[in-house]
Amino acid sequence: MKSSVIIFPGSNCDRDMDVALKKFGFENEMVWHNDAEIPKSDLIVLPGGFSYGDYLRCGSIAGKSKIIKSVIDFANSGGLVLGICNGFQILTETGLLPGILQQNKYLNFICKNVFVKIKNKDNKYFKKIKKEILELHIAHNEGNYFCSKDELKSIEDNGQIAVTYCDHKGNDDEKNNPNGALKNIAGIFNKDKNILGMMPHPERMIDPFLSGEDGSLFFENLIESL
Amino acid sequence: MVEVNEKIAIEHGLKSDEYKKICDLLKRTPNITELGIFSAMWNEHCSYKSSRRHLKKLHTKGEQVIQGPGENAGVVDIEDNDAIVFKIESHNHPSFIEPYQGAATGVGGIMRDVFTMGARPIANLNSIHFGSPDHEKTRNLLRGVVKGIGGYGNCIGVPTIAGQTCFDESYNGNILVNAMTLGLVNKNKIFYSKAAGINKPVIYVGSKTGRDGIHGASMASAIFDDKIEEKKPTVQVGDPFTEKLLLEACLELMAGKSIISIQDMGAAGLTSSSIEMASKGDLGIEIDLTKVPCREENMTPYEIMLSESQERMLIVLEEGKENDAKKIFDKWNLDFAVIGKTTSSKNIELFFNNEKVAEIPIDFLAENAPMYDRKWIKAKLPKENKFSKDQFKPLKLSDCLNKVLIDPNIADKEWIWDQYDHTVMGDTIQKPGGNAGVVRVHGTNKAVAASVDSSATYCHAHPLTGGKQVVCESWRNIISVGAKPIAITNCLNFGNPEKEKNMGEFVECVEGIAEASKYLNYPVVSGNVSFYNETKDKGIKPTPSIGGIGLLSNYKKMMTMELKNEGNYLFVIGKTEGHLDQSIFARNILSEFNGPPPEVNLFNEKQNGMSVLNLKNRNLIETCHDVSLGGILTAISKMGIKSGKGVKLFPLEGLVNKFEYFFGEDQGRYIIEIKPENLENVENMLKKDSIHFDKLGLVEGDKITYENDIKLSIDDIKEGYKKWLKEYMVN
Repeated sequence: MKSSVIIFPGSNCDRDMDVALKKFGFENEMVWHNDAEIPKSDLIVLPGGFSYGDYLRCGSIAGKSKIIKSVIDFANSGGLVLGICNGFQILTETGLLPGILQQNKYLNFICKNVFVKIKNKDNKYFKKIKKEILELHIAHNEGNYFCSKDELKSIEDNGQIAVTYCDHKGNDDEKNNPNGALKNIAGIFNKDKNILGMMPHPERMIDPFLSGEDGSLFFENLIESL
Repeated sequence: MVEVNEKIAIEHGLKSDEYKKICDLLKRTPNITELGIFSAMWNEHCSYKSSRRHLKKLHTKGEQVIQGPGENAGVVDIEDNDAIVFKIESHNHPSFIEPYQGAATGVGGIMRDVFTMGARPIANLNSIHFGSPDHEKTRNLLRGVVKGIGGYGNCIGVPTIAGQTCFDESYNGNILVNAMTLGLVNKNKIFYSKAAGINKPVIYVGSKTGRDGIHGASMASAIFDDKIEEKKPTVQVGDPFTEKLLLEACLELMAGKSIISIQDMGAAGLTSSSIEMASKGDLGIEIDLTKVPCREENMTPYEIMLSESQERMLIVLEEGKENDAKKIFDKWNLDFAVIGKTTSSKNIELFFNNEKVAEIPIDFLAENAPMYDRKWIKAKLPKENKFSKDQFKPLKLSDCLNKVLIDPNIADKEWIWDQYDHTVMGDTIQKPGGNAGVVRVHGTNKAVAASVDSSATYCHAHPLTGGKQVVCESWRNIISVGAKPIAITNCLNFGNPEKEKNMGEFVECVEGIAEASKYLNYPVVSGNVSFYNETKDKGIKPTPSIGGIGLLSNYKKMMTMELKNEGNYLFVIGKTEGHLDQSIFARNILSEFNGPPPEVNLFNEKQNGMSVLNLKNRNLIETCHDVSLGGILTAISKMGIKSGKGVKLFPLEGLVNKFEYFFGEDQGRYIIEIKPENLENVENMLKKDSIHFDKLGLVEGDKITYENDIKLSIDDIKEGYKKWLKEYMVN
């Protein structure tokens, strides 16, 4: 399976993602934002970081960068596009995913382990994961998901909510909401479920010596489903 | 142009005899640009004029030392051609004036020092000291500093893996922000600042030069008064995004062979970087200031030379490599300008609009900089307190423990490190809040442990003992994760060196550090000195911060402080005499602030540490935690809180009073957890090596219990311990 990780100036989880993809069997290539074309891939990943410094709205400049047109074409033709953290922010900026990511409710950067509940397994990203609840890791300042009432209704009706923040038992209530995200949303799909954006970093949880291993389940499923 | 005279020189922070020396050396009056350059190079921050003669006493050599003090950072060998570049540096004065930017640029500056040498930063640490929690400024300063450190480090994508936060009223008017960075480099590809060769192009890369930070280094060499807020414009503004680009661009250029020398523009900007490169290479340097990329209009030579705008580097390149280098910086959208060349004149010569605007022999600025042998007084060892039985009578162990665990200097600091990205780069295997932070050496079985420590209370009570103690504490923290200690970096934060008492504190702390680091073979390879941490005549407690690193040759054998299994034994390695003077218990419970700090016995320290490593290497211990602030009971509680497991403490056998035993801060101690089947083996080994140990208790249940005195559930003590800082910050 072939994957491509796009590097924007200011991306900083690109290497971590490269390590994770390769560990689980992807042939991964790194693609510079100024390249016009993306090599033939089964999966494109927009990694975490602070693209262009995130001095404007997070992800907004990356959302207009040269490479993005190819990403959009790839996504629109049904290709798998995964955006983690800043990558999720970029996907909302391009309009490939609905809604926006605002500053965290308590106005602080948050770096810690969280639990998320898988809300929809009828897609390539979560299909064969046996667990319902994953322990993942977040590290962000703008992860507070928000969208309009109409948008929310439509993403709920279409099963577009991918994962929600919860406790280890799966309670996805306000008490277990680290950043104020609407409906505890930690990740969403597009309508066709080929695009996934999520704030948690599975690539940081691929080894028992790191913060945990549930990220491995994510990548194992991904390579199997493709 | 401004006419230079003594008054203007004094406004630049120079003393009148220093000004006279400048005129004598030059055999003329300097112009304003030249005066600015002298003032920048001769201030305390850049010249180390009060500290230099004492810093020579430090132990700086060792088998693993590749580069000791004097470069951008120290370098140590960690085998297989890998080396670690590391250093700690202060950014105290700017952080008090503008906490966010001050702290952020402190982090940016130290990372540049590390990647200037060709290393990719792999971990950040910090030691931050604030005034009393009751002081009106403390909360906002803490909030700003933490956000600044996070804002910069998180954006660059380097994990912040450990740190230390202290509160003490002596920092009410002068907070301390000490930032440390570790970088990984191939030991055959280290870059140095020494220029070599004549007519080599001098290149400016990075951000444009603005008017920010002019005289920053001079500001950091002066005491504060009521008008300190007016100094805000001397604080630099950080741009972590540009630094990230600069990091990647520099590392890309360094992969080739075109760099002769490279130096970041830190304190005193273009002035100190150009002079240092030329001075080390025994060369001259010629710069055309018209070619320096500026972001503001009509900047004068004086302003360009003294700006401390961030994220800039100076490079001496091989001739003919300019275009290749430029391509890399163009790719990363960074400024690139050939601004001058190396010369044989041994002078710094500056041109602006085709006119020579300054010419100074380099040795006037470097070797001939003033060096002082300041007067100092030796501190006496304070008399020990004799605590009477009556003083302990009304106290209950469990109440005391509850109170100690919410002491601001003990209580959990999660509120702080949750705001630092500590997991980016995917190699952090021990996070903040443990004995030390640990990161793997990417793609290998090795890992590097790092911690940062200070003990201002002990240093204040007796500087010589305090200096020794803080080195020992660092050594213990590294050992507690199972790593072999390698070397340290020190950040020496002190008051006004022109006062004999403060100078004495400095001299004796340095001597203490030197003695301990020599004995433990734990050399100092880099560091900096920050004097004049004083406001309106009130100085800080002497605060040397020690950043230590160690190597784990197999990261899978790393130790943590979480208790592992029910029924395992807990031992205390090292003797507990019950030293309460200067302890948290004495200050917080008995309100006793006098007395000597705990004695440091270097022989025992070394023996005990080596025996812990020895036991660990034979897989005989499950858990390890050093005993420091708050004594045994605090250490046990933290181990319990981290794991959710309880401890049953055995009845005490010796003659030491239970309060002294459980809260004493004697040095050289560790708590280790042992499986029952290894018990005999461990006892025999410790006896054979003549290591003192006490059988402390068993891992049992979910409570800490001791006879009829203590029965505290881990959940309950955890609540107070975890809550203090969070509640403090929202109030």
